[in-house]
Amino acid sequence: MNFGLLSLLIWLPIVAGIVCLLMGSNRIAAVRWVALIASLVTFVASLPLFTGFDSGTFAYQFVEKLPWIPAFESYYALGVDGIAMPLVILTTLMTIPVIIAAWTVVDSRPAQYYAAFLIMEGLMVGVFSATDALLFYFFWEAMLIPMFLIIGIWGGPRRVYATIKFFLYTFLGSVFMLAALIYMYVKAGDYSIATFQGMPLTLVEQRWIFFAFLLAFAVKVPMWPVHTWLPDAHVEAPTGGSVILAAIMLKMGGYGFLRFSLPITPDASRELDMLMIILSLVAIVYIGFVAMVQQDMKKLIAYSSVMHMGFVTLGAFIAFQILDNSGSITGAVLGMQGAMVQMISHGLISGALFLCVGVMYDRVHSREISAYGGVINRMPKFAVFMVLFALANTGLPATSGFVGEFLVIIASFKANFWYSFLAATSLILAAAYTLWLVKRVIFGPVANDHVAHMEDLNIREFIILFVLAVLVLLLGVWPQPLIGVMETSLHHLIDQMMIHKVPL
Amino acid sequence: MPHTDVTLASLVLALPEIYLTVMICAVLMVDVFAGPKRRGRSATFTQFTLVLGAAVTAFFSHPDQRTVIFDGLYVADELAWVLKLSGFLFVAFALLYSRTYLERRGILKGEYFVLVLTALLGVFVLASANSLLTLYVGVELLALSCYALVAFDRENGIAAESGMKYFVLSSLASGILVYGMSMIYGMTGTLSVDQLADTLRASPNLGVLLGVVFIVVAVAFKLGAVPFHMWLPDVYHGAPTTVTLFLSTAPKLAYFALAFRLLGQGLQGVVEDWSLMLAALAVLTLIVGNVVAIVQTNIKRMLAYSTVANIGFIVLGFVAGTPGGYSAALYYTLIYVLTALGSFGVVILASRKGFEADRLDDYKGLYKRDPLLAFIMMVLMFSTAGVPPFVGFWAKLRIIEELWATGHLWLVVLAIVTSVIGAFYYLRVIKLMYFDAPEEQPGTDRQTGVRMALGLNAAAVVILGLLPSPLIDLCARLISFR
Repeated sequence: MNFGLLSLLIWLPIVAGIVCLLMGSNRIAAVRWVALIASLVTFVASLPLFTGFDSGTFAYQFVEKLPWIPAFESYYALGVDGIAMPLVILTTLMTIPVIIAAWTVVDSRPAQYYAAFLIMEGLMVGVFSATDALLFYFFWEAMLIPMFLIIGIWGGPRRVYATIKFFLYTFLGSVFMLAALIYMYVKAGDYSIATFQGMPLTLVEQRWIFFAFLLAFAVKVPMWPVHTWLPDAHVEAPTGGSVILAAIMLKMGGYGFLRFSLPITPDASRELDMLMIILSLVAIVYIGFVAMVQQDMKKLIAYSSVMHMGFVTLGAFIAFQILDNSGSITGAVLGMQGAMVQMISHGLISGALFLCVGVMYDRVHSREISAYGGVINRMPKFAVFMVLFALANTGLPATSGFVGEFLVIIASFKANFWYSFLAATSLILAAAYTLWLVKRVIFGPVANDHVAHMEDLNIREFIILFVLAVLVLLLGVWPQPLIGVMETSLHHLIDQMMIHKVPL
Repeated sequence: MPHTDVTLASLVLALPEIYLTVMICAVLMVDVFAGPKRRGRSATFTQFTLVLGAAVTAFFSHPDQRTVIFDGLYVADELAWVLKLSGFLFVAFALLYSRTYLERRGILKGEYFVLVLTALLGVFVLASANSLLTLYVGVELLALSCYALVAFDRENGIAAESGMKYFVLSSLASGILVYGMSMIYGMTGTLSVDQLADTLRASPNLGVLLGVVFIVVAVAFKLGAVPFHMWLPDVYHGAPTTVTLFLSTAPKLAYFALAFRLLGQGLQGVVEDWSLMLAALAVLTLIVGNVVAIVQTNIKRMLAYSTVANIGFIVLGFVAGTPGGYSAALYYTLIYVLTALGSFGVVILASRKGFEADRLDDYKGLYKRDPLLAFIMMVLMFSTAGVPPFVGFWAKLRIIEELWATGHLWLVVLAIVTSVIGAFYYLRVIKLMYFDAPEEQPGTDRQTGVRMALGLNAAAVVILGLLPSPLIDLCARLISFR
């Protein structure tokens, strides 16, 4: 079974990206095909992760282990469990629409554009599949470089401000995590994540490490109040950049909480879970209102992302209170499942919404809501998709957006009624801002000449939106395959969270 | 016991120095006979000397074990061997980058090559010094050659001024060094690094402590640690770019050796006294270096302050005061030199006759004018900022690791916060090259050979970043060799 599948998923896109770079923008027709084929092959190659996955065990699967830096006991060690595997597939999936969406749209330095996204894909798969903390950090930081260039080179008018803010914000968060990882290495003697999860740590140490992780992951998620880089980055990034940012990079924060914060510092997490819950609820309620008043479509979706990621952190950190109140492990697992489903579903929906905005932007070259109106008259096919994704974003039943939020809200009932009450306001707030957006942009009479000249979806745009729409609906009515693969791993995570790591 | 007599075996161990001394005379002769019309020959011959020297060092003078020769004045160990070997190689690359630059400006003179080689000889003496006297001789040989190098472009007023400044301040530091050494000698009665290591123990008397203070100040000055850094930006800025390039290569190795032989070996017994002093210097150095670099508009000055900031990291390695800390500092020094070599190489190639690309704004839109050069610079800048997958990340990681191992929590926090501040000005260079439109369209220097060397340099930064293990192991072995 083990033939280096994960390595293939990491290095194939990176090598393809380098090939694109070397071919250069003069042979752009060929470069496009190389990029497309590479991303398709990577996606197809990632499917055996799902089909060959043994959901009966929480152990890492598809493991690879080669010595990397013997002096640090650090290995090139890869493997996925039920938490990482869906995210890896999400990564390989979402790169394809990015490549297709850029087909005729990106005209400045296109080869480099494709190369950046392919290299990025490999690095992101690396982040999710590394089981060595140093390797994880290596990919985690390296990923900033292509994103920095993507926003800075192909972004909008304020791209330089946005990209430097993005880089420094995430860099600042990450270096504290690095310091924490090195501290644990010095104490434990190797860099394996499993060692860190098993090592005893005093409560004081756990608190420091927890806050170091919090800085790294909260910036990435992003949680209120360190979310301010995200609207800037999203607004200025090119369409592909926004898609990857929203669909995958934000998930790394949530993944980090599940892989590092909760199992490595369970006692500190238990102690500080109230902080995390409050921050999550602020993100859900307050950012919901902020999203309502946005004039810029991308900014609105960006704030909506912050709000929806609030469910991820909420679902993860209510587990302690559920366990304390009812001792119900299934209840805690429910919240975790909600968090995970929310990550995958938000990856699909926000990615699709950014693609939709990209479709309109390519035609009118404006992201202002006021520049549109009555798009449905000119683009009926597009309007169907846009309305579908908008409704999914509000958490309409039968879409994937419903499943995650519903699970988290149900679970939070077991913790505290007011949590679920506040979290449920999101259903109203999200509906309010999303439907208002749809009303102003899609419906009504044709607003101006630009809109009057919009052409409906071409075949490429149709295909990518269609595939995403099918997935959103499929996960909405039949989430069991997704929930099934992660169940054992999440149970194991809850077990790890219940261990007291403080040495007696 | 040290060998007291000069034997063939001991001469072979000192082969790099002997070879270099002979070749310096040979370069002088070649230059005289080549005459002003065929100055290029001296350059070629010097290149040949360096490459051959690297081969001679590599194949004939590898010490199998630590050997002290020449009445205890000279030590041949693997650390010195590696420092000499990398000295040859780094300087060979530096001269390769420099040659056309000098030619186009009419300052390709024989004395340039002779001075570079004598400075390198100073580096070698320092690398192998096992006595306070040898150390001092090495420091002076290196410093005197460097003063002359900085000012060797006689027509250039700024270069002369910075040469003068360098001379005055650096001589003062040399004076302080020898004063501190004399105090240590007075209190212990020995000049030998080995005997100092054996006799000096914790809680020394006031005389020794005073000597240590003077020595720390002098070492900090030579390295360029704040508040003894004032000479460094002026010299880096004022000197011809090729000289700046040279100054940031071999001399850095030498001053690492100076710090290690003096503090890490000779004064290891009083480590607790000097490591606190160094910690204070490191804090200042990291803050001042990184913050002041942000406001620079001249790239040479910016890189000078970036050097100061990097010196802060090297000093942090010494603060740890353990073999691990020294090996981290050695690793950091080697990586820093590798990266600085490339960065100044790019500055040289971006310039043309009559146009010094030394303002940051000269790099606007470099991507459009010269994609390869811009790409190399980007790799080097990300590496210096400490972003993986480039090697600069591992250098910073090693230092932080050793600080944790010795329990310096606040220094870890300071190191990581200042490296984020530092990331800002490295990113700005990338921003100028990639995100801004070019102001004008001056071509860059298209020298295929130099470009290949520069590409090799950047490739080393990437490959050592992906597979850092061999160099990390080597550095650990060199320090534990004793």
